[in-house]
Amino acid sequence: FKVPTTIQPPDPKMDAPTPLKSATTYNNFYEFGTGKSDPADYAGTLKTRPWQIVVDGEVAKPATFGIEDLLAFPQEERIYRLRCVEGWSMVIPWVGFSLNEILKRVEPTGSAKFVAFQTLNDPAQMPGLKSWVLQWPYVEGLRLDEAMHPLTLMAVGMYGEVLPNQNGAPVRLVVPWKYGFKSIKSVVRITLVRDQPPTSWNRSQPSEYGFYSNVNPEVDHPRWSQATERRVGEFSRRKTLPFNGYAGEVASLYAGMDLRKFY
Amino acid sequence: MAVSARDGWRQAANGALLSPWAKPLVFAAALVPLAWTVWLGWSGGLGAEPVLESVRQSGLWALRFLLVALAVTPLRMLTGVAALARFRRMLGLFAFFYAALHLSTWIGLDQFFDWPAIWKEIVKRPYITVGMGAFLILTALAATSTDAMVKRLGGRRWRALHKGVFVAGLAGCLHYVMLVKGWQTPPLVYAALCVGLLAFRRWPVRIRPAAARASADTPARRFPDGSSPARRS
Repeated sequence: FKVPTTIQPPDPKMDAPTPLKSATTYNNFYEFGTGKSDPADYAGTLKTRPWQIVVDGEVAKPATFGIEDLLAFPQEERIYRLRCVEGWSMVIPWVGFSLNEILKRVEPTGSAKFVAFQTLNDPAQMPGLKSWVLQWPYVEGLRLDEAMHPLTLMAVGMYGEVLPNQNGAPVRLVVPWKYGFKSIKSVVRITLVRDQPPTSWNRSQPSEYGFYSNVNPEVDHPRWSQATERRVGEFSRRKTLPFNGYAGEVASLYAGMDLRKFY
Repeated sequence: MAVSARDGWRQAANGALLSPWAKPLVFAAALVPLAWTVWLGWSGGLGAEPVLESVRQSGLWALRFLLVALAVTPLRMLTGVAALARFRRMLGLFAFFYAALHLSTWIGLDQFFDWPAIWKEIVKRPYITVGMGAFLILTALAATSTDAMVKRLGGRRWRALHKGVFVAGLAGCLHYVMLVKGWQTPPLVYAALCVGLLAFRRWPVRIRPAAARASADTPARRFPDGSSPARRS
């Protein structure tokens, strides 16, 4: 991909991109196993062509986007921080386009309030689906205004290359101010809905993973602190920033909300 | 009396385990995981998060050695290879050794000796509290593992104290189950093995007779090095 870089990380001096090797060998993608190297080891079986995303629900013009249609959107590079709920972080140069490009095409109706996402669910391609660690398919969700936010990205590449399978090929969501598990991988369906949709980790352990899951150093995970993080490749820990450093862009979405309650 | 093939196998196993080379060999083998992890760390083979990976590996090996030490008695009873008991103390001490590495890599490499933060984590995070509990028990057992301490405490009290190893095993497994995201398979497998090894001691009667008779047939209850097969605990 030769595309312009449009968004730099919050602190370009402190946020050098993570080495590609780390970003492609240290992954959480439970459809291929729960080990950090499982996705890199086993995601070779994922077939990314042909591929399509069905967009339906509370929309005026439901549509199916083939991967070629998605690649035809104007692409840009955006260098985002990625903060995992487990306490590590990376900086990834993604290639993609704003999710709102898709949403505008299908014209959400007035009753659309949330957006539900779904990952491919094919045991023949995804050996991890045999495990009962989560209920499959993996599902995620955003409030419509979060989904429409210009920072919310659909990524089809990273580091100037096609998205590797273990990173959620061929197309994934990236929401940089939320914990990584919100950024659902290998998306096959996007449904506009009236009510808050179920999300995989929330369904699995509701006391630990909320619907919003905004990066927040003030609200600890019940089993570990979220005050600091280790940037992969670095030795010492850094302080975690509210909204992962994107407070200026997104804090207003949550004005008046008690973020301890809506974690 | 004719020696059956099974007894022949058992005697060979006993003989091998009683050889003067057996203990140094097991000792050296037990250091391989440490050497391997250090080598991987040095050559960049621990992946993207080498600190976390070394904390993880030392913890896993502590748990493995603990389970192997707990398996000695059931294994001895099932096979009748009495000489296995010679290795129980060493295996238990290696469990403590790897647990100490686990704790010190966490304190030093992950938390950077930030003692207030470390204390806060220990009291605030149940999985760390449980892990620390397991470590304290292992420390007490390691400290009283010498022959002199067995004498000083007296066999009965020493055995009562060392039943703590079961608590440490369960706490170690619980620590692992609690620290991962979701109900992942590997920690549950460790926990199931641990419970199985404990359960064996509750229902030995049904499994035991053949093995018990066999070990009763073994003439030497005392090994050449003067140690005796440890009692079941």
